[in-house]
Amino acid sequence: MTPRPSRWLVRAGAVAALAGAVAAPWLVDPYTTSLLARTLVLGLVGVSVAILTGVAGLPTLGQTGPFAAGAYAGALVGLHVCPIGLVQVVTGAAAGALFAALTVPLVVHARGVVVLMITLAVGELTVTAASRWRSVTGGSDGLAGMPAVRPVWGMGVLDSDRERYLYTLVVVAALLAVVLIVLRTPAGLLLRACRDDEARMRASGHRVTGYLAAAVVATGALAGVAGALLVSVQQYVSPADFGFEVSALLLLGAVIGGVASVGGAIAGTALVIAVRDWLSGMLPGHAPLLLGGLFVVTAYLFPRGVVSFSAGAVALLRGGSRPGSARRVPDRSGADPAPGAPVPARVGPRGSGVGT
Amino acid sequence: MTTRAAPLTDAIDPYLIPALDGVAYGLLLFVAASGLVLCFGVANILNLAHGALYAVGAYTVAVLADASWGSLALALVVGVAAGAGAGGVLAGLLAPVVRRDHLTQALLTFGVALVGSALLVAAFGPDSLPVRIPAALDGTVEVAGHRYPAYRLGFIAVAGLIAVALTLVVARTRVGMLVRATVDDADMVACLGVNPARVRLGVLVAAGALAGVAGVLGAPIIGPAPTTADTVLMLGLVVVVLGGLDSVRNTLLAALAVGEIQTLGVALTPAVAPFLLFTAMAAVLAVRSRGVPAWWRFRPRWGGTT
Repeated sequence: MTPRPSRWLVRAGAVAALAGAVAAPWLVDPYTTSLLARTLVLGLVGVSVAILTGVAGLPTLGQTGPFAAGAYAGALVGLHVCPIGLVQVVTGAAAGALFAALTVPLVVHARGVVVLMITLAVGELTVTAASRWRSVTGGSDGLAGMPAVRPVWGMGVLDSDRERYLYTLVVVAALLAVVLIVLRTPAGLLLRACRDDEARMRASGHRVTGYLAAAVVATGALAGVAGALLVSVQQYVSPADFGFEVSALLLLGAVIGGVASVGGAIAGTALVIAVRDWLSGMLPGHAPLLLGGLFVVTAYLFPRGVVSFSAGAVALLRGGSRPGSARRVPDRSGADPAPGAPVPARVGPRGSGVGT
Repeated sequence: MTTRAAPLTDAIDPYLIPALDGVAYGLLLFVAASGLVLCFGVANILNLAHGALYAVGAYTVAVLADASWGSLALALVVGVAAGAGAGGVLAGLLAPVVRRDHLTQALLTFGVALVGSALLVAAFGPDSLPVRIPAALDGTVEVAGHRYPAYRLGFIAVAGLIAVALTLVVARTRVGMLVRATVDDADMVACLGVNPARVRLGVLVAAGALAGVAGVLGAPIIGPAPTTADTVLMLGLVVVVLGGLDSVRNTLLAALAVGEIQTLGVALTPAVAPFLLFTAMAAVLAVRSRGVPAWWRFRPRWGGTT
């Protein structure tokens, strides 16, 4: 059985992207390198958004919460405890997971647009808390003056943009590998099954709420790590890093990337950040206009994101159902799929009249 | 020599003006959020561009009004027309994606909101604009021993009238009957021969007009600035969540509560007030999403109540 060409294409693309990411800091100026490092960090948060939104079926605007928790925890460790990157990353992960665990009772019982609104409220509360809890977070002035980070004991400090970028790349790549592996284990399958047919999962004795809670906590830890990395990269943190705009951009990035796709989430987030930071540098003052246009175009062209759009197009061209359609993103709302879009196989999406 | 009631009135006195402000603020939010409720409840559209429609009305009055009654009336007409027109344009933009999920609609309307706000800032500059109101309303009046802006009292009266009119329209007219029927069962209404596309267009135009009215009349309270659209949208969403989609009365009560939290709450408990709104929103949503009471209609189309 020969592997499908599209899979080889994806793999070749991934290898090329990784090679490009490693070579990038030698090809561009230090400012762009630091922007790239920030993009990687936001890409990691974007992955956590994509897992919650696409794989677990909980569309979120609140991953800035654990992101902020991890960032402030990492910053406080850097300021007061030690400059070891590993310690900061682990603290960030713990803070993010703890924060997410606190939001579990709010989130896991809701579905659809209600989750969107609850997480919006959580995100807004986080920013408000961050700008008011002056003694810990420095208020809206933020925290600054963290010493340069050492990745582990015995290594030198990272005092250039290139070194900080490579450190971020290593951590992000390692975590992405873990995420990809976990999503391929039965754990990933269970999450997708909960998303696709919750009633059936409950009927077969699965604890859907527990699985979703685990997903929320795990993605919280991912976002927390991203927070600690953000502090290492920019050596500064303020509530402006976690506003509603950031949440909306992350969700947009995940949707552009195909909602359930890890690589797509990174690519989508990178595209959104590129529009915000680079393209608008060429057209100063027009970032909101460009981003708004990107939102509109995305809604029209890629209702399920670029990756699944191209996958759907491939399926249409081949004139048959695509193998491995379990990885397809089903229609979230239970409304009819768009004309021409492939219909999810067998199981209906959650909420399409299935009662318990 | 003092009566027994005096200490009590002394205790209440400092909070009288914030409470009155809260009523004005709450009624403004009611007019703004009722359009949002209409979109969500009747047309099942999560319209994140609603705040931008308010901003259109607010900028209209800032540009047109020159402290005369005639110019205020002109601004009201133009602002309502602009809001309704923008609502119609939005209905046209939403038509191709109307059968897709809320996430797509949210992305589209949020994009429209970003573009709209960017265009407003490009046209009118990044500073907040002053709003000139007729001289008769520009002064202050005596309220229980305090000086209070006359405009806000006038606004409370006008917005109260709008609230009464809305209630009557929804409860007593044929259009209101259609609105209530569509909230209850949109598919059945479509089966009965009412064109859903026309309902959608009508709802978005009406919501745009309401946002326009709110923007024109509310500009002296929440004025035209680059952040206006976001502020109104966020507060409107909180009102929608707290009040539900069922009745004009609940929306009004939720809007007044949000208004009081924003004014009286800040005066009473400055440390807690900033958290109150979104805590209330998250708590209400979390409780309702467990399906405890069925009084907030979660239609199966946008997430189960199981």
